[in-house]
Amino acid sequence: MTKLAPVLSAHWDEKDSFTIAAYTRHGGYKASAKALAMDPDAVIQLVKDSGLRGRGGAGFPTGMKWGFIPQGDEKDHYLVVNADESEPGTCKDTPLLMANPHVLIEGCIIACHAIRAKQAFIYIRGEVTHVVRRVNQAIEDAYTAGHLGKGIDIVLHVGAGAYICGEETALLDSLEGFRGQPRLRPPFPAIAGLYARPTVVNNVESIASVPAIIANGAEWYQGMGTEKSKGTTLYSLSGHVTNPGQFEAPLGITLREILELSGGVRAGHKLKFWTPGGSSTPLFTDEHLDTPLDYEGVAAAGSMLGTKALQIFDETTCVVRAVLRWTEFYKHESCGKCTPCREGTWWLVQILRDLENGVGTEDDLAKLLDLCDNIMGRSFCALGDGATSPITSSIKYFRDEYIAHLTNGGCPFDPVKSTLFSGANA
Amino acid sequence: MAYTPDQLQVMDAIIKRYPRSRSAIMPLLHYVQSLAGYVTNEGIELIAKLLTLETAEVSAVATFYTQYKRKPVGEYHVGVCTNTLCAVMGGDAIFAALKDHLGVENDGVTADGKVSLEHIECNAACDYAPVVMANWEFYDNQDVSSAKELVDSMRKGTPKPPTRGPNSLGTWKEASAVLAGINDGKAGEGLQAGGPTLLGLNLSKEGK
Repeated sequence: MTKLAPVLSAHWDEKDSFTIAAYTRHGGYKASAKALAMDPDAVIQLVKDSGLRGRGGAGFPTGMKWGFIPQGDEKDHYLVVNADESEPGTCKDTPLLMANPHVLIEGCIIACHAIRAKQAFIYIRGEVTHVVRRVNQAIEDAYTAGHLGKGIDIVLHVGAGAYICGEETALLDSLEGFRGQPRLRPPFPAIAGLYARPTVVNNVESIASVPAIIANGAEWYQGMGTEKSKGTTLYSLSGHVTNPGQFEAPLGITLREILELSGGVRAGHKLKFWTPGGSSTPLFTDEHLDTPLDYEGVAAAGSMLGTKALQIFDETTCVVRAVLRWTEFYKHESCGKCTPCREGTWWLVQILRDLENGVGTEDDLAKLLDLCDNIMGRSFCALGDGATSPITSSIKYFRDEYIAHLTNGGCPFDPVKSTLFSGANA
Repeated sequence: MAYTPDQLQVMDAIIKRYPRSRSAIMPLLHYVQSLAGYVTNEGIELIAKLLTLETAEVSAVATFYTQYKRKPVGEYHVGVCTNTLCAVMGGDAIFAALKDHLGVENDGVTADGKVSLEHIECNAACDYAPVVMANWEFYDNQDVSSAKELVDSMRKGTPKPPTRGPNSLGTWKEASAVLAGINDGKAGEGLQAGGPTLLGLNLSKEGK
């Protein structure tokens, strides 16, 4: 039996897959017509029954999130789609929107109906000009076809280069026209979100999964995946592999299975470490090849499913260099609001730079872990928490490699060997 | 610069997209950037006036987001991903080579004003690493020599087309207008998906 199950990606290989004509040819906008004829509460119940959980990283049940929106409160409600895909390693929503933006628009229509919202916003990162074109055109075409503008409207809002805006409350501040800085919760967005009105914030892949669930039913979706992680999802394989790319499979597939399907680690090399769901999820090693990649399986093994961004690094890669670079990223992207994250990520970089350059001491490892302990859980949002993940996990699995930098007086690795062009062109 | 009635009309339409006018700050900043090539003081003053805000409130937003430039960039703004995965797979080597080749540092612009260079964070194309962006269009699977050829083509005024994007590379100003939400009619150009995007789908069709 096949291990892959393309649903979201089923028609991406057709040349015009992003057009409304192609989408309609494959039954597009039938699910929204069906949902609009249903009672909104029945739509929420169906999504709850499907078991769909948030695909942006946290895995919160989508139907339950929708159910938190107060009903009959006579306030405006909003749906906000988080298309600010920026977590290092994460590259699923961008190709999805490039190949099929209409599935997101149809999902927005269904979700707006369910939560009694008349207005949706799609907040997309600004560094993907062509994806912005595709989504903008799809919205225009959905208006022309009459799917939008009859009680449900969508506005595309383009970001401007800030990782923090992928955090839902920072995203809302950004959408309101402020610097993107997270808000203290409670109140949660379901009570006081955009313009202090009840708001659902969902990831692109979560909303894009909804039309197929409405069309095929909750039981169909429940039939895929594992006990508590239902359905199919996009796994993004990148790095030192023979064939990188997108793999849509039922939740619970393992990295070993994905590598076997796709041709494995690049020829002549072996797996050293990998991320299961982006750089904010603790690193895994070859010990974790058989960990089921669902929410529970990855958590039980000490990491998080996150965005299912499987970044593969082979034995040529210096883990200290890799972790330093991620840490520089978090320092750069810290919004500066909370002291532990703003100051803490700065100090993490200083210490890691010394270690990578071989001028630190073994005491610095204890200092790093102490700093991580003082950052973890002490800020408004999870950016600082995420910054600690690669550090604590790499020290856990590769302490000897940190020490080797000290005894060697610098990095013992040749960076050329880890490039794709390995010296030929460097 | 003075803004024309047509430009003011575009800005008015941008403001009308939103239930509350302040939400229009970001697209308006992209739009004024599309006119001057960067966010000028005049642009900030106009946005403040249109939204009934203080200029400091608009500046606060303009300086928070890295895509808004407060000084001119090149006609073609090149970003090399040096986040961990791209860096390891060749991004660091590409960035170093381009700095040397163009004779500029990070955030520098060539003397002819054609090319500016910046190291960027993860751009959501890791399955196409190492990734180079130009005016935020994708140039996938780059190496040192292909990246040098790319910037050379820009300096000659005949930039190579993106690997996943429109048929030809537009200017920085044109890209900024797209980011302000203005439809340039090019959504239908280019691939719907590159090879890596289709890898799993193709394997499943082989019964895997």
